[in-house]
This record gives sequence, structure tokens and C-alpha cells, in this order.
Amino acid sequence: MSLKTNFLPALLLAVMPTVAMAEAVAPDDVVFEDDVIVASLTGADGNAVNGRKVFANRKQGNCLACHINADLKEQLFHGEVGPPLDGVADRWEEPELRAIIVNSKIVLGDETIMPSFYRLKNGARTAEKFQGKTILSAEQVEDVIAYLRTLKE
Amino acid sequence: MKRVKKAMFASGLLAFTLTLNPAAQADPDDDTLVIDGVEVITSAKGKEDGPLDELYSGWRFRSDETQSFQADDFENPAFVAIDQALEQFEVVEGAAGKACASCHEGGPEEFEGLRAALPRWNADTGKPETIQHIINECRTERMQAEPWKWEANEMLNMTALVGLQSRGMPVDVQTDGEMSPWYEKGKELYYTRVGQLDMSCANCHEDNYGNMIRADHLSQGQTNGFPVYRLKWAGLGSIHRRFKGCMSNIRAKPYKRGSDEFVALELYVASRGEGLAVETPAVRN
Ligand code: HEC
Ligand code: HEC
Ligand code: HEC
Repeated sequence: MSLKTNFLPALLLAVMPTVAMAEAVAPDDVVFEDDVIVASLTGADGNAVNGRKVFANRKQGNCLACHINADLKEQLFHGEVGPPLDGVADRWEEPELRAIIVNSKIVLGDETIMPSFYRLKNGARTAEKFQGKTILSAEQVEDVIAYLRTLKE
Repeated sequence: MKRVKKAMFASGLLAFTLTLNPAAQADPDDDTLVIDGVEVITSAKGKEDGPLDELYSGWRFRSDETQSFQADDFENPAFVAIDQALEQFEVVEGAAGKACASCHEGGPEEFEGLRAALPRWNADTGKPETIQHIINECRTERMQAEPWKWEANEMLNMTALVGLQSRGMPVDVQTDGEMSPWYEKGKELYYTRVGQLDMSCANCHEDNYGNMIRADHLSQGQTNGFPVYRLKWAGLGSIHRRFKGCMSNIRAKPYKRGSDEFVALELYVASRGEGLAVETPAVRN
């Protein structure tokens, strides 16, 4: 019993990149209120500088695969599957942005091609390596939100 | 306040659909594919009740440079493979002491039209057969030689040679009768969202063809050019290799090459391209 309680935090610490993340709300526990998520997933503000990297990184957000974003013009290729995200902070409040990124289906509709970045229930046959994992960590989601909030026109 | 936003978003979405909806505004280019003075059609009318109004070959979505490789057999890197297959055709292999040419005395030209109609029903196995199955049946049953692996160079080369004999002929596969359950299975696979990124083939190749997805110009994901020479692979690749790649990219566990699932999917995707001309061996980036 005491072994268990000692073991768990150590395990979490080993798996999670930072200590702060140990407090992040789990994907299945995220609370949607009227299709928005009010509270930060980590309980803290995100880091916009890192969010910009997550946005562009092909193995993380890869948001550029589908969205044009003038702020990242040093990146050669911007996709056009979704709308440009220039000025996105003028169109959406933070809780709405959080909902779109956590579970795009709830806000944009079931048919959307946009992935849900902080949800465990994804498509069938998810490759073993990605099973039981969200595309982004709670911290990365908050970082992306912090970054999106800088995109004003 | 939120109401307003929602409404705004809805109308924003509508405007977005109207202007960017690829079905309305797909932008394959207007180039014409002419090989050795013969035009190969790269678009066709979709079937009345089909998912696509207009069909476009993947060639129409590639850059001028990539396109130019395919417009000249001397520049098409796949023709090295064709030459190798022509040699292979004469090579005696297996316990029966035969070469392909021993029985197919008319040469590969005997296979004109075959590629356009594959996969087709095989009454003996009670399953559809692809070009790979057909060639391996000749190897194992008739030559008593080892089968070639799906993605082996010999197999790729030979499927390119056999496919070339149908170049320019319209794709036309059987989807009814015994093929019907396989067609339905393939269709289901096509529209099922898979992988951590949670997408179906249709999300990219039906809803978004014509759009750039990062550096890639999305096509309709047609199979009329396979096996294709892909510059990225620096070689030929089968239809199932491409299916695998697309599934892996969305972080799904792909089916195996030659699996019933991929054969069903191959049949269904072929049916989506009925009317397009066979382009084997096509060149892609
Ligand atoms: C596979 C394509 C794809 C990817 C990847 C993607 N999106 Fe989207 N996104 C869309 C589409 C398409 C829409 C428009 C709604 C629709 O049609 O479903 C959209 C809509 C949005 C919106 C609302 C846009 C507006 O102005 O109304 C935001 C915000 C957004 N995406 C952010 C992101 C962020 C941040 C990422 C990366 C973490 C991302 N998207 C990754 C396809 C994508
Ligand atoms: C021992 C004789 C024999 C050998 C050797 C042989 N085949 Fe066949 N092949 C046949 C027969 C018989 C058929 C079925 C009858 C038909 O459709 O012509 C066939 C059918 C085929 C078909 C399908 C033709 C169609 O239009 O339906 C292809 C393609 C083919 N062979 C390719 C090959 C290749 C490639 C090789 C060498 C690797 C090879 N065959 C070796 C006898 C042979
Ligand atoms: C995330 C988007 C995406 C999804 C989902 C996807 N593909 Fe693709 N596919 C691509 C891209 C990008 C290419 C290369 C450019 C092109 O031809 O569209 C491609 C190419 C292809 C090609 C080659 C086309 C040619 O002319 O050479 C085929 C065939 C294909 N895909 C089939 C499929 C099938 C079947 C599925 C579902 C199992 C699928 N794709 C899912 C993005 C996708």
C-alpha cells in the first residue's frame, strides 16, 4: 500500500517531461462547458515561444500542414486544407481555442479533418507506438494556445 | 456574445466552404499528357452516382518537372525496370524449366488490357486477384519456381511491364456479382477514420484534393499509374506500398501488402478511377 503511493509519483516523474505536468488534467477528465474549456489543462499559462515551435513541428502540432500562418513565413510550406490562422485571436476567445485544439470534433463538427490533439479516443487501428497517447501533451496544448493568442491583426 | 461568435463562425465556415471547397474548386493543372505523340487522357467524367464529379489522374497534381519525366519514355526512370523485366521474361527458372516466354510466345503484348481490369475475380481461389497474384500463380503453379515477394524488384519490374501493355486504356473493373462484397469492404475501409490523427482516405483524397497539405499537392489518390516510380523511393512501388505509407502517415497500423483488406481497398479505389487511362509506369515525387 505505501509502496504503491510511493511508486506512482516516481513513475509519473519518469514518464512526464516536467514536474508541473504531473498536475495536468487527464484527457478523459477535461471538462467542456457549452463547447468551451475554461480552465488551463495544466493550471498555468502556456509559453507562446514554445507554442510557435509546436505549431510548426511536423511531429507535434504540424498545424502548418493545413493552415497558412503569416507569422511563420520563414517556414517554406503552408497547407490550405483549413482556413488561414492570421488574426485567429481576434475571432476566438481562449476557452474556445482550447476546445478546438483539445477536441476539434466538438466545435468544428464530427466531419472535420482536423485532428483532436488532446483526446484518447481517436481512429481505429492506431499504431502501437501512439496507442493510449494524445498527439500533444497538456503543456504543449497550452503553449499553442498562448501562441495563437498572439496572432492578432 | 457566444451566440454571435457561433453564428459568425457558421457563416465563416459557409464562406469557407464556398470558396475553398475542393469539389467546387479543385485545382489540378491544365496540362496535357502526351507520350511519344500519343495523348493519354488524365481526366474523365465521374459516374453519375459516384463520389467524384470529375476524375483526375495524380499526374495533374504534380509539378511540371515531375510531369515531364512521365511524358517521355526515355526520361521516365521506370523504363530501366521495363528493360529488366523484358530480359527477365526470357529467363528460365524453376523445376519446370520454363521462362515466361516459353508459354507466352506472343511476348508481354499478350497482356494488353489486363491491367485496366484488375483486380478481377478468380474462381479457383474464390477471391479477387491482383497482378501480383497472377504472376506468382504462373511462377509457382506453372514454372514450379519460388513466388516473388510483393515488393521485390523482379515483381515490381514485371508488374510495370505487364501494366505498360494497357497504357492509355480506360480503367474498368468488375464490382458486382462475386466482387460485390469485396467492393463494399473496400468502400468501408476508404471511409473509416483510422490512426491517432483520425482520418479516412476520403478526408484527404475526396474532400481536399487540389489543396496543399503542407508541401504536398493532394490528388484524388488514384491508382491508374501503378506501379509508379517515386522519386522519393528512387524506385518503383506497388499500390499497397502507397496505401501503407498513407496509413502510417496518419499514425495508423497499416494492413499488410497482399492482405484481403488491401485487395478490397485496391478494388474500391480502382473503381473510383474508372474511365481514367492506365498510365503505368507513372512518375511521382
Ligand atoms: C489535417 C488538417 C488540419 C490540421 C493538421 C490542423 N487543422 Fe485546424 N482546422 C482544419 C480545418 C479544415 C478547419 C476548418 C473547420 C473545418 O472545416 O473542419 C480548422 C479550423 C481551425 C481553427 C478555427 C479557425 C478559424 O479561424 O475559424 C483553429 C483555431 C485551428 N484550426 C487551429 C489549429 C491548430 C492550432 C492546429 C495545430 C495544433 C491545427 N489547427 C491543425 C484543419 C486542420
Ligand atoms: C508453363 C506455361 C506458363 C509460364 C512459364 C508462364 N505462364 Fe503466365 N500463364 C499461363 C497460362 C496457361 C495462363 C492462363 C491462361 C491465359 O489466360 O493465357 C497464364 C496467364 C498469365 C497472365 C494473365 C493473362 C491474362 O490476360 O489473363 C499473366 C499476366 C501471365 N501469365 C504472366 C506470366 C509471367 C510474367 C510469367 C513469367 C514469370 C509467366 N506468366 C509464366 C502459362 C504460363
Ligand atoms: C493526411 C492526408 C492523407 C490521407 C488520410 C491519405 N492519403 Fe493518400 N496521399 C496523401 C498525399 C499527400 C499523397 C501524395 C500526393 C497525392 O498524390 O495526393 C498521397 C498519395 C496517394 C496515392 C498515390 C496517388 C498517385 O497518383 O500516385 C494513393 C493511391 C493514395 N494516396 C491512397 C490513399 C488511401 C487508399 C488512403 C486511405 C487508406 C489514403 N491515401 C489516405 C495524403 C493522404
